[in-house]
Amino acid sequence: MNQRARLSLVVIQILIFSLLFALFGRLFYLQVAAAPKYKDAALSIQSRDVITPATRGMIVDAYGVPFAMNRVGIAITVDRTKIDKLPEKGAVVLRNLSDLLNIPYADVYQKTRLCGELPAGEKAGCWTGSRFQPIPVTKEADPNLALQIVERSDRFPGINASPIALRNYPEKAGVNASHVLGYVGPLTEEDLSGANGRSYFRSESIGKAGLELQYDEYLRGTPGIKTVIVDRKEAVTNTAQNTKSVPGAHIVTSLDVRLQAAVEKALGEAVRGAKSRGNYADGGAAVVMEVKTGRILAIASYPTYDPNAFEVGLSFEEAKNLYSEKAGVPALNRPIQGLFAPASTFKAVSVVAAANAGYNLQGTYDCPSEVEVGNRKFQNFDSAALGRMSLKKAVAVSCDTIWYRIAFDEWLRDGGLKPKSSKNDYFFNAAKGFQVGVKTGIDLPSESSGRLADREWRTRWYAQNKDFYCNYKTRAPKNQQTPFLVQLAYENCLDGDKIRAGDAVNFSIGQGDTVITPVKLAQMYSAIANGGTLWKASVAKAIVKTDGTVIKKIEPEKLGEIPATKSTIKFLQSALREVVVSGTAAGVFSGLPVAVSGKTGTAQVFGKNPNGSAKSDTSWFASFAPSDSPRFAVVMMVSQGGFGASTSGVGVRKIYQELFGTNGSRVNPDQAIYFNGQPPTSIPKISPNTKYKGEK
Amino acid sequence: MSLLSSRVSYRRASRKSIFTGFDPILTISVGLLLLFGTVLVYAATRDWYAANGLDPQYYLKRHVINILIGVVLAWGTTVIDYRLLRAYTPIVWGIGVLGLIAVLIPGIGSTVNGAQAWIGLPGGFQIQPAELAKISIIVGMSMLLSERSHDKDEPTHRDVIQALLVAAIPVIFILLQPDMGTVFIISVAVVTIIGASGAPLRWVVGLIIVAILGSFTAVKVGVINDYQVKRLQAFVDPNSDSQGSGYQLRQARITVGSGGFIGTGLFNGPQTNGRFVPEQQTDFIFTVAGEETGFLGCGFLLILYLTVLMRAFGIARRSQDPYGRLVCTGVIAWFAFQAFENIGMTLGLMPMTGVPLPFISYGGSSMFANMIGFGLLQNVHARQRG
Repeated sequence: MNQRARLSLVVIQILIFSLLFALFGRLFYLQVAAAPKYKDAALSIQSRDVITPATRGMIVDAYGVPFAMNRVGIAITVDRTKIDKLPEKGAVVLRNLSDLLNIPYADVYQKTRLCGELPAGEKAGCWTGSRFQPIPVTKEADPNLALQIVERSDRFPGINASPIALRNYPEKAGVNASHVLGYVGPLTEEDLSGANGRSYFRSESIGKAGLELQYDEYLRGTPGIKTVIVDRKEAVTNTAQNTKSVPGAHIVTSLDVRLQAAVEKALGEAVRGAKSRGNYADGGAAVVMEVKTGRILAIASYPTYDPNAFEVGLSFEEAKNLYSEKAGVPALNRPIQGLFAPASTFKAVSVVAAANAGYNLQGTYDCPSEVEVGNRKFQNFDSAALGRMSLKKAVAVSCDTIWYRIAFDEWLRDGGLKPKSSKNDYFFNAAKGFQVGVKTGIDLPSESSGRLADREWRTRWYAQNKDFYCNYKTRAPKNQQTPFLVQLAYENCLDGDKIRAGDAVNFSIGQGDTVITPVKLAQMYSAIANGGTLWKASVAKAIVKTDGTVIKKIEPEKLGEIPATKSTIKFLQSALREVVVSGTAAGVFSGLPVAVSGKTGTAQVFGKNPNGSAKSDTSWFASFAPSDSPRFAVVMMVSQGGFGASTSGVGVRKIYQELFGTNGSRVNPDQAIYFNGQPPTSIPKISPNTKYKGEK
Repeated sequence: MSLLSSRVSYRRASRKSIFTGFDPILTISVGLLLLFGTVLVYAATRDWYAANGLDPQYYLKRHVINILIGVVLAWGTTVIDYRLLRAYTPIVWGIGVLGLIAVLIPGIGSTVNGAQAWIGLPGGFQIQPAELAKISIIVGMSMLLSERSHDKDEPTHRDVIQALLVAAIPVIFILLQPDMGTVFIISVAVVTIIGASGAPLRWVVGLIIVAILGSFTAVKVGVINDYQVKRLQAFVDPNSDSQGSGYQLRQARITVGSGGFIGTGLFNGPQTNGRFVPEQQTDFIFTVAGEETGFLGCGFLLILYLTVLMRAFGIARRSQDPYGRLVCTGVIAWFAFQAFENIGMTLGLMPMTGVPLPFISYGGSSMFANMIGFGLLQNVHARQRG
């Protein structure tokens, strides 16, 4: 062999060994370095999970009476693994089913398709689960039809009827509670994407609003998972794992079925009453809070909706209605999402501000019909000149002009339009102390924080809106070019970044840009009633497993103290009592055998309704009782409800009547909501059969 | 002394007559490959055939029969003096070409996976003439390039052109089937043989350029079938054909990767038993090794190939004459590139072509050809110097 031939053999050898070396390298990457990734991929190819949803936990009131439970429905299900093997993939069987159940064939077809089988944009109603699970066509079949299907398995191969758990809101004592409870519904692709930080199994039902959403991870339980191994033809060859479902835990709330029903009734009557007096009255909210814990005893929103409608399936019209302005936006949870100017109920904050600024709470002040603030005149409510009076009386009769004067003086003292560096800001700081503009922390989704229109807010607001107001004539729509609004825009453009005298005086009487939610006001009045502590609002008291063990107790949580001395709080309590004894709410509460302290509020609202009418005032009544040792705070708000006393005051009185069990001018403890006047503190036994007091 | 020495030489000769100088390491390595292959073929088919109510040992039995025939062929190839084989070379080549022509005749040849490459035989057996053509090309080219009608030490241009013609005629018929995988492997073997023959280097460079240009125009002009273009596209972009070639390649990679370091254990691979990879007893048999025996098993398999090739290089180096050296080089190139193409395709390093894994894949023609190739190596070894 010559030299060249020898060399060429070496070259070939090197070439071939480097190829083998490349294979080694690639093999190492696939089987060692990237093996976990490929193992996962293989598992998803081979295995299919069959999910059995767990029984959802109940939501009960403080006595254990169910608000939300489960009911048995009859599901008609389609077994795709069987149907698909029939001629035309079982189209004939599905047609027979469609005829029997009286459901259009297109719907039956759509419901039994896996979402992945359908083109994008045509996935509505598709099945989010797997092919190996029975796919429900309906969950509420007529038992007779179900029987026909079971008996005629020759006509309906692959179709089954089986009992299924449905979410049910039993509406005991006529309670609705839809906003606080929420509802459950099927998973959406968005839920599955993990955008909300929770992971789900396909074909589970999940909480969509209210407590159902807030405590979904407890209520939902853990579904049973059967993992089957399939081959290329999707035939099951093996079962890899089979875990039983673990039922969801129950949520014990501090609510009470009877009180909740009474509050809903009182609120509904208040709104309808306001309407009958010519107000637009498009909605309302009512909250009952335990003053020493922040626990919510009842919380209602008006208008409401039927929580049971979701399990049956909303029609398009019903779904649209939930958000329609004409219907009053029933989906809006007003006690925690409704933002309204607090009006005179806010004077409780102003009293604290005045006390901290050194004003004598026992002194007398003049209540003229109007006060000149800068170059503008601010009128008293109804322009009444009431003369000199004690501050207590001023709170009782809701004099505005006293507050204008104090707020204006303080504004001037802080430097007016050229604020000093060492400002006292008594009013803003008092509101801050009450945590206005901060959430109550209630355990319900989507609470609004409200807005404290202080100097910082003003600066931010101006930065965002300066452009609009400085070019108002070109930017604003034609119908908003009234002389008043044009003048307002001019002023906003000029010095909208500053707290003006008008802003300061409006702030003192709860008008202007400061807005709060009803639950916030309940928290603030609870603090006044309990001696100054702001409690976190809470609905759930405990999470209890099905065997009765308590997983988690939700204890009251202190959020802070209001910036008021004991004597200021005492004065405030007596002044609020005076409102009901001799002030603006005296007439509404006359003859009630329970001592109530409270404050009316009538907030002016600007703007127009869809029908063109000017918006009516927001009616507020914030209160606590019994006055000498307060236990309950009750707040009602009727949006566009007119006067505070005549609309909300009347509603609140009805709530107290139920709460304390009054019978004319006497208290009848047997009729009271709570057996010994106090909400129960122990965790009740939970059973779907627990009855409320007086249930037959 | 002379008596003694003659007795010794007699013993040697008699031992030769039974084992005929078989290279033991080469023989053991090929034996282990055959054993490994048998287990893999069984693992690839047992559960699926049992699940579908068929004989679970259908492929196992046939594979063992193929191996036994192959062993006989290898033994026969080994014991024939290759100088005699050289005399038969034109006949072997001629039969190979006739087989390739026959396969193209409608009614005789049958089409599998888009290539008209098979001749059906009674009893459900099929032969693939292209596999046997590999041998005739290697043997034929080696003959032309090693026998000199002139006094020069190296092949002349004329020798090279003659050798190329010997290869080109069968290749044209294989192109007509078309079986691009076999054409690729033959092409590599042809270039390697010419390179090893000591022919002018520009032939080697020129042939590589022609091969690249040829495959490029073949795709452009459309000589290559649609399914082959798809396979190439799937190699470049595995998502382009997610149900066809792309699916196969993706599944193959997942199956190999999911085996991890030690594998799932023989007969325990869910990917294999679920038959997610098609053709897993033939072209994609490496996925079974990958899933069920893991990196350890696959590494062992590669080491077996490495051993076979190293022994073959040794045989080539020690060969008495250029003919034996060139035959060995041709067989080395064939085994090496066929194994590389097959495993490379499974691992996603090479485009998809339907070539079996030497000594492992199920398939008679391929097994016979491999065993004859193995016999050729042993033949050269038996007659090597010193």
